[in-house]
Amino acid sequence: MEHASQQLWLIPLLPLLGFLINGLFGRRFPNLLVGLIAVGTVFGSFLWVVKSLQALGALEHAHVEHYYTWLESGNLNIGVDLMIDRLTAVMLLVVTGIGTLIHIYATGYMSHEGGFYRFFAYLNLFMFFMLTLVLGANYLMVFVGWEGVGLCSYLLIGFYTLKKSAGDAAKKAFIVNRIGDFGFTLAMFLMFVHFGSFDFKTVFDKVAPMAVEQTAGPLTWIALLLFVGAAGKSAQIPLYVWLPDAMEGPTPVSALIHAATMVTAGVYMVARSSVIFLRAPEAMDVVAVVGLATAVMAATIGLAQNDIKKVFAYSTVSQLGYMFLACGVGAFSAGIYHVVTHAFFKALLFLGAGSVIHALEGEQDMRHMGGLMSKIPITFAVLACAWVAIAGVPPFAGFYSKDEILLAAHHHHPWMYWVGVATAAMTAFYVSRAMFMTFFGKYRGHHHPHESPFVMWGPLAVLAVLSLAGGWYFKIPHFLEPLFPLAEGAHDETLVYISVAAGAAGIGLAWLFYVASPALPDSIANSLGGLYKLVYNKYFVDEAYNAAIVNPLVNGSRSLLWRVMDAGVIDGAVNGVGSLSRSIGGFVRLFQSGNIRSYAAWVTLGCVAVLVALGMAGGR
Amino acid sequence: MTNLLNWVLALPLIGFVAVIALPKSVARMVTLLLSLVVFVMSLGLVAPFLERGNGNWFVTDVPWIQSPEIRYHISLDGLSLWLVILSTLLTPICVLISWKYIDTRVKEFHAFLLLLEFGLIGVFVSMDLFLFYVFWEVCLVPMYFLIGIWGHDRRIYAAVKFFLYTMAGSVLMLVAIIYLYNKAGTFDYVNLIDLMQRGRLTFTQTEQFYLFLAFFFAFAIKVPLFPLHTWLPDAHVEAPTAGSVMLAAVMLKMGTYGLVRFCVPMFPQAARQNADWIVTLAIIGIIYGALVALVQPNMKKLVAYSSVSHLGFVVLGIFSFNQQGLDGAVYQMLNHGISTGALFMLVGFLYERRHSLEIADYGGVSTPAPALTTAFIVTTLASVGLPTLNNFVGEFLVLQASALVNIWWTVFAAIGVILSAGYMLWMVQRTFFGEATEDLRHHMADLNPREVAAIVPLLFLMLWMGVKTQTFLPYISQANARILQQSQSGVEFRAATPNPEAANGR
Repeated sequence: MEHASQQLWLIPLLPLLGFLINGLFGRRFPNLLVGLIAVGTVFGSFLWVVKSLQALGALEHAHVEHYYTWLESGNLNIGVDLMIDRLTAVMLLVVTGIGTLIHIYATGYMSHEGGFYRFFAYLNLFMFFMLTLVLGANYLMVFVGWEGVGLCSYLLIGFYTLKKSAGDAAKKAFIVNRIGDFGFTLAMFLMFVHFGSFDFKTVFDKVAPMAVEQTAGPLTWIALLLFVGAAGKSAQIPLYVWLPDAMEGPTPVSALIHAATMVTAGVYMVARSSVIFLRAPEAMDVVAVVGLATAVMAATIGLAQNDIKKVFAYSTVSQLGYMFLACGVGAFSAGIYHVVTHAFFKALLFLGAGSVIHALEGEQDMRHMGGLMSKIPITFAVLACAWVAIAGVPPFAGFYSKDEILLAAHHHHPWMYWVGVATAAMTAFYVSRAMFMTFFGKYRGHHHPHESPFVMWGPLAVLAVLSLAGGWYFKIPHFLEPLFPLAEGAHDETLVYISVAAGAAGIGLAWLFYVASPALPDSIANSLGGLYKLVYNKYFVDEAYNAAIVNPLVNGSRSLLWRVMDAGVIDGAVNGVGSLSRSIGGFVRLFQSGNIRSYAAWVTLGCVAVLVALGMAGGR
Repeated sequence: MTNLLNWVLALPLIGFVAVIALPKSVARMVTLLLSLVVFVMSLGLVAPFLERGNGNWFVTDVPWIQSPEIRYHISLDGLSLWLVILSTLLTPICVLISWKYIDTRVKEFHAFLLLLEFGLIGVFVSMDLFLFYVFWEVCLVPMYFLIGIWGHDRRIYAAVKFFLYTMAGSVLMLVAIIYLYNKAGTFDYVNLIDLMQRGRLTFTQTEQFYLFLAFFFAFAIKVPLFPLHTWLPDAHVEAPTAGSVMLAAVMLKMGTYGLVRFCVPMFPQAARQNADWIVTLAIIGIIYGALVALVQPNMKKLVAYSSVSHLGFVVLGIFSFNQQGLDGAVYQMLNHGISTGALFMLVGFLYERRHSLEIADYGGVSTPAPALTTAFIVTTLASVGLPTLNNFVGEFLVLQASALVNIWWTVFAAIGVILSAGYMLWMVQRTFFGEATEDLRHHMADLNPREVAAIVPLLFLMLWMGVKTQTFLPYISQANARILQQSQSGVEFRAATPNPEAANGR
C-alpha cells in the first residue's frame, strides 16, 4: 500500500534547525533558551516520528521518499532519499526517545559549564546526522550520517578544548573511524561495480536471487568491508581503541553517542545489509568471532578499571561485541533487540555515573567513592535498575535480549554460547563491582556529595522504568519478523538457567570481593601479578599500535620521505640537472639588480625569438 | 567583439593598464571594484547554459596573426565555465585579504593580480593552441613577481625555481604545438580535433607518444604530479597570501585543465597506453603528499603537500577514462580551488596576527579567536572530505571511477583519505586547542569584517557544492561526455561501465 508523503525530512531537519539557531546566535541567549531550543527540536523530532509511524500503520513494506538528486554522473545516480521500515522505526524511536531524555538531563548536567550553547549546538547536529543515518534509503545517505556523527563525536569528545587529553582522544576517534570508513567506502565502490547502484532496494533486489557464496566472492568482500566500517564505528577489534578514550567528553555525550546511539550504527548497518551477509557465510563467521572476541576481551579489561566511566566504556565495547555475535550467527533481530535494551540500561548507567560525578564535583575514580547509597539515594535507586538489567537478572531488559543472543549462538556453535556465558558472568561482576565500590562501604572521598536536581534524575527515572520493563514490554524480534525471520530451534530452558546462574555468580563474587572481604581483590591482584598488570593496562594495545604503526609512519615520513626523498633526491636532481643552480644564481643577480625592465625585455625578446622560429618552421 | 566573454577577458587587462596609469592611492579600490564587476559579469556566462544547454558559447574566432595563422579563438564550454568563475571570484577576494598585508609597491601588486586574472581566464577559454600558449606564459610572469617581490625571506629562490620548472615544461609543449602546426597547418583546437575525428589527421604511434608526452610533461609540472612537485612547497611558503591562494586555487588547475582539454582528446591512444604509470605516479603522489604533510612543522608547507595529495586524485580521475572519473576530476579541481584557497587564506590571517607560519608558535587560538577557528575547522573538514562539504563529492566520484577500472587503484588512493584526516586534524589540534599563552591571546584578534567578507563566500560554496551538486555538475558532465567520446575514437574500449570482470580480473 502506498502512503502519502510523511515529510520525513522534518525528522532530521528539526535538530538541524536547533543547531543553526544555537550555533549562530546561542552565544547571546540565556542558558534556559538554549536548552529549550535544543530539547524542543529533538522532542519535536520524536513527536514527528510517532506521528509518521501512526500514519504509516503496519509498515508491511518500506516507505520511501525521494527529495532531490544529490549526485549524478553517467550511470551513477544518488538521490536524497529517506525511508522507513520496521528496522528504521525501532532505531528512530530509540534515537529520538533516548535523545530527548539525554538532552533534558544535559541541561542540568552542563548548567555550570562554559560553552553551554556550543555543547547543545553540537548535540543537535549529532541528532541531525544520526537521524539521517537511520533514515537514509541508500548507502551513501547512510554514509553521510555515518561521517557526520563521527564529526560530532570528534567535536564533543574534544569539547573541553583546553585539555590536551581531550584533543588527543578526539583526534584518535576521528582517525580510527577513518580506517573503518575506508572499508565502508570500498564496500560501496564494489557495490556499484557489481550492482550499479547504492539504493538499498536496487542492491538487495539484485542480491536476493544470488546463491550463497561457499567460497569468498564479491558478496563476501562487500560484507567484510562493510564490517570493517562497522568495526570502526561500533568499536570492535581491532578498532575499538578509540571508544574508552572517548570518555574524555562530557558524560551526557558518553551516554548518547558513545553508548546508546552512534556506536550501535555499525550493528544497524550490518543488520540493514543482512541480505548481503546471509549470502556470505565466511563474512558472517568473521562477524561472529570478532564480536565474541571483543565481548570477552573488553569484559576482562572492565574487571580491573578504577575510573567509573572507563568501566562502562569497556562494558559498552563488550556489549557491542554481543550484538555483532548475534548478527554473525544470523540472529539480526536479537542484535537489534540488544541495541534497544542496551540503549536503555547503558544510557542509564552513564547518566547515573554522571550524576555521581556531578555529586562529587568531577571525581571519577571509584577508589575515592563508596558509601554513597545514603548520600545520593535517588541516583543509587535508578542505577540499581540498570545494574539488574545489564547483569541479566530476569525479567529485566538485558535478560531478554542477552538470552536471545546466547540461544542463537548455541544453535550456531555451542562453544560460542559458553564463551558468551563466561562473558555474561564477567559483565555481572564488573558492574556489581562498580556498584559496590561506589555505593557500599564507607565514603573514601573528601567532597560533600549532593543529590542531582530533578531535571537530571527525572530522565533517569524514565530510563530506569525502561531498563526494568523494556525487554519484556517491547518484543523487538517479533516486531522485526517480516525483515528477519526468527531462527528455528527449540527454546532450551536449561541454557537459560545456566546463563542466569552465571550472572548471579558474577554478582555474588563481586559481593564477596568488594563488600564481604575487601582485602581479597588486592591479594588476588598481587598473586596474579603479570596477568593482572596486562589486563589493568588494557593489554598494552595502544602502546603496540603506536610502536608498530604510528611511530614508523611519522618517523619514516619525516626522515625518509621528506628529508631524504623530497629535499635530497628530487630537489638534488632538479638543482643538479643542467647546472640549474648556476642559472638560478644568474637569475638572482639579474633580479637583485632591481632592474625589472631588463627582465621584461628578456621575456619580450624570448617571445620574439619564438615567433621567428615559428615563422620559419611554419614556412608558408 | 561584443560578447560577454570578451569583456570578462578584456576587463582585467584594461584594469592592469588602468592601475598602472592611475595614482597609487586608488589602486586597491579600483582593483577591488573592477574585479567585482568582472565577477558579476562572469556569472552572466552561465545564462546560455541554463537556457540552451551544453555547447560552445560566446565563440569569437578572428584572425590575429596572418602567417603563421594564429587566431583569436575563444569560447566557453562546461569544462571552462566554472574555472573561469573560480578565477573571477578569487581575484576580488585576494584584493580583500591583501588590504593590510601588502604595503609596499601597492600599485604593482594589484596590477599583477589583474594581469594574472587575465592570463588565467585566457588559458581556460583559448581554443587556439598558440593563443593558449601565450596565455599560459602570461600567467607565469605576474606570479613570478608576486612571489619574487612580495614573498618571504627565500622568495628569490622560490620564484626562480617556480619559473624554471614551469618553463622547462612549457618549452616542450611549445615544440609539440609547433610540430602539430607543421603537420596540420592549423593551431585551431576545434579544427585539430575535427581533423582527427574524421581521420584526416593521423599520427604514428611514436609521434603520438612524443606529442602526448610533451604536453603531458608541461601539465604534470603544473599540477604538480609526483615527482615534479618540489617547486610547489617552496613557492607556497615564500609567496604572499594572495599569491598562494591564486597559485593553489587556480594556477594548479591550468595543469589538470590542460590534461582534460588537450592530452586526453588529442592523443587518446597514447593517453590510454600511458595511463598505468601515470596513475601509479598519481597514487604515489596521493600517499606521498599526505605522508610528508603529516610531518611538516610549517603550516603553508603542510597545505602545499596536501595539495600534491589532492591533485593526485584529479589525475587519477582523468586517467580512469570514464564519466565519473572526468566529472570527479573536474569537480575536484573546483573543490580544491575553494577549500585549499580558503586554507591558505586562513593561514595568512594567522600569519598577519603572529608573523609566523610554524605550527609550534600557536596553540589555543580557539579561545581568543572563535570565529577564525570555526572557519578554519569547517575548511579543514571540507579538505578531509567530509560528506555534505564539497571535496567529498569529487573524491567519491574519482574513487568510484577508479574502482570501475581497477579496485587496487582505489584501495591505495583511499589510504590518502585516511591520512588526510591525520595531518589536518593534527594541525588543527596543535594550532587551535589547548591553553593559549598570554602573548598569543594578546595578538590574536578574531576575524574582522573584511576578513569575514573574504572567507564567508568560500565557506558557503563548500556547503553548496557539497549538498547541491546539480548546480554545477551537469554542465561539467556534458562537456566531459564530449571529451570522452572524442577520446574513444579509434581506441579499443576499456571498461568504463560497471563490469564485474574489471573489478575481479585485474
